[in-house]
Amino acid sequence: MAGLAATLGSGAMTNSIGEIEFNEVLFTIGSNAPEAHPIIGNKMKAAAQRGAKLIVVDPRRTELADNAHLWLRLKPGTDNALVNGLLYLIIGNGWHDKAYIDERCEGYDDLWKVVQEYPPERVAQITGVPVEQIHAAAELYARTPKAGIFYTLGITEHTTGTANVMNLANLAMVTGHIGVENAGVNPLRGQNNVQGSCDMGALPNSLPGYPSVNDPEARARFSEAYGVLMPEKMGLRIPEMLDMAVYGKLKAMFVMGEDPALTDADANHVRKALGSLDFLVAQNLFMTETAKYADVFLPAACYAEKDGTFTNTERRVQRVRKAVEPPGECRADWEIIADLSCRLGHEMHYESAEEIFDEMRTLVPSYAGITYERIDKVGLQWPCPDVEHPGTKFLHAAGFTRGKGLLQGIEYEAPAELCSDEYPILLSTGRMLYHYNIMTRHSANLESLRPHELAQINPADAQRLDLGEGDTVRVSSRRGSITTRVTVTDVVPPGVVFMTFHYKESPVNELTNAAFDPVTKTAEFKVCAVRIEKAPESELVSAAPAV
Amino acid sequence: MVELTIDGRAVSVAPGTSILEAAASVGVDIPALCYDKTLTTFGACRLCSVEIEGRANLAAACSTPVADGLVVLTESDTVVDARRTVLDLLLSDHPQDCLICEKAGDCLLQEYCYRYGVEHTSFVKGATKNFELDDDNHLIQRDQNKCILCGKCVRVCHEVQATNAVDFAGRGFESTVTTSFDHPLNKDFCRFCGQCVDLCPTGALVNKQLKGTRTWERQKVRTTCPFCGVGCNFDLNVHEGKVVGVTANYDAPVNAGSLCVKGRFHTDLIDSPDRITTPLIKRDGVFEPASWDEALDLVASRLLEIKQSDGPDAIAVLSSARCTNEENYLLQRLTRAGLNTNSIDHCART
Repeated sequence: MAGLAATLGSGAMTNSIGEIEFNEVLFTIGSNAPEAHPIIGNKMKAAAQRGAKLIVVDPRRTELADNAHLWLRLKPGTDNALVNGLLYLIIGNGWHDKAYIDERCEGYDDLWKVVQEYPPERVAQITGVPVEQIHAAAELYARTPKAGIFYTLGITEHTTGTANVMNLANLAMVTGHIGVENAGVNPLRGQNNVQGSCDMGALPNSLPGYPSVNDPEARARFSEAYGVLMPEKMGLRIPEMLDMAVYGKLKAMFVMGEDPALTDADANHVRKALGSLDFLVAQNLFMTETAKYADVFLPAACYAEKDGTFTNTERRVQRVRKAVEPPGECRADWEIIADLSCRLGHEMHYESAEEIFDEMRTLVPSYAGITYERIDKVGLQWPCPDVEHPGTKFLHAAGFTRGKGLLQGIEYEAPAELCSDEYPILLSTGRMLYHYNIMTRHSANLESLRPHELAQINPADAQRLDLGEGDTVRVSSRRGSITTRVTVTDVVPPGVVFMTFHYKESPVNELTNAAFDPVTKTAEFKVCAVRIEKAPESELVSAAPAV
Repeated sequence: MVELTIDGRAVSVAPGTSILEAAASVGVDIPALCYDKTLTTFGACRLCSVEIEGRANLAAACSTPVADGLVVLTESDTVVDARRTVLDLLLSDHPQDCLICEKAGDCLLQEYCYRYGVEHTSFVKGATKNFELDDDNHLIQRDQNKCILCGKCVRVCHEVQATNAVDFAGRGFESTVTTSFDHPLNKDFCRFCGQCVDLCPTGALVNKQLKGTRTWERQKVRTTCPFCGVGCNFDLNVHEGKVVGVTANYDAPVNAGSLCVKGRFHTDLIDSPDRITTPLIKRDGVFEPASWDEALDLVASRLLEIKQSDGPDAIAVLSSARCTNEENYLLQRLTRAGLNTNSIDHCART
């Protein structure tokens, strides 16, 4: 988000899901789409089976890697070195698009100054990817006109996440791959409404539609709409909230829908922060790990019990419709918020979700032309400035949102935590197909397919540790220690273990490193150093009944 | 454009269009069991056979392209006779338990037998299939005895889901659609997307979530999936005020009917007994049920007290990428206009 916003002026997928099947090259990095975005994964696999060239950059032999024309198995956390190596070869061999760079970009000299320090031999040494593969990937990506980049949290959940994204934008800009159909730079958003919640200004630094909180024009506009002077001071980001709570400066939190105690890095620190608050409110469907610390629990309706809209990863605003009544006394989140706001002295009165949407679209220009009536059957993609506008399939066609695309040299920095004698194995984390974050554990159907964690470990490591399929291990980092079953597989390379974050019985974020990206404050979920020991099965935490 | 005549109507379509699609474009419904517009054409069931004037043999409408001047008859006596024979043969080894079949009311074989008046098979002494039910998992029931070998499941698994979990095996009467080594689905490569269940024309594949309700009793409410960022649309199936399952919606712009295991099979969590259904206030370390007035008054008074004593920046709000746009918008309004702070964030700001 922040990376693309800085370089292009707009933090969103530049192109559309429907274009995937028409890409001639799909360059995926840090994205396991068949598990995390299954329908996009299908389209990528189907495209590859029809002859599109798939370049997969991933330490793991994922399903996409199995379908790849080129699979670059880099060491975890070395993405920037690899991208610099690609840029070196592309520019060095004249495969870049000089006219595009001259016309649409700035900062080329700054970029080249950094990139020229990354000849392929050095990059191969850092990343572990052979020189020939780097060369082949650079040539294939640069010299194919319809070549799109796709990335996910494997790029952003690092201490260098923003820099990683900026470097991918560099790659796409020097080859002229942005602002054209069937190409672009495409972050696949992890959750159903990540795009929308950012668009709606659930951010400490921007108002709905992304004006800065200290932009005088926007502040005036919102102050007038709400009848209250908008606060000017930048708000706290999540890690800062937690730190401030521990320092005693933050006294109260209101948590709608999230469960930071299970899903944020370094769970011990999160629990300490929640425990330090004077007052905590949790609004949720279930008694989450976070809600257990709350003073008040507000029971919410689930998505099938309310009306509204979600905005998907390709900026498409689509309807959510109420199918059934909420159970018991549960109420839609918007009804609870409006009721609470009145009690706080800021009056809000809405008859329907549509009424809220209509207020919002008068304040957010990119949503101005979207109405419930227009998206009844098929959603619309923002920007959609007026009710005649058909929506926007791909961004930056005429020019970048910020004017000139910003090329910036990005130095490679190693992950914050490296292996040591005491912690010799790298742990990486992510999603898998059968569960989604933590909520799906409450579905007996889905739970029946994958009732517990299965940490992936390479056969060489398993043999050294005397581990067989399904054995129990204790995994420890500098921050915590948990137990899990293992599966022995060459999906992971030697020296790397992969776990998901879905299971509270094997809560992997006890182990992860909260060291964060300096811009977004996103933690380095993807790399931390651990030690693995065989453990008796009796040490496993038993799964709570799924019901 | 190609000009032809179908059942006496003049039709004009693009070259390469099949007779079946050309007929559909003017509202003529040609029956077909193995054809689906989203899949490659297969030409296996022969139910779509039509008569073309001047040609000796019937042509499969799904796989015969239009040509200028063709005169096509889709319901002539010859055609109807052929279709009755096809259905008669299909029924010869098909279990006739329509009264209790989950697919009743939604079964293409049943519908076409009704349409052409095929009451029972005339091949009474033929062999029948005798497969064991694959019922080892919670989601999909597989009864190969009801399989008519239309191959839609095979094609959707290859072409759309790109998973290749099932394929044809055997020859002649021994032909089956099955997994590698005839494993049960849950011991195979199957990813439980359930799209094969959607396309199956008979009761060979059944969505176990929907069992116990009839297709005509279920209301369908179109919505957007609450998991990952792809934004698939599907129809929630509602029966007596409860969500009983999910069926695909082929008008969906992003997924065109495809779903993954989560979108298809998650709905039992809506009625999970783990749901908290009343506001709770913690007293002496224990949550106790409270009324909405009590709970919200307590929240408002405590937040106002803290804002008064420690300033607005002593309060922070976490919003959610799981909630709707309307709710995120409203919570930022509450945070900024009601609490006077910009400290609102959510976990997906990367």
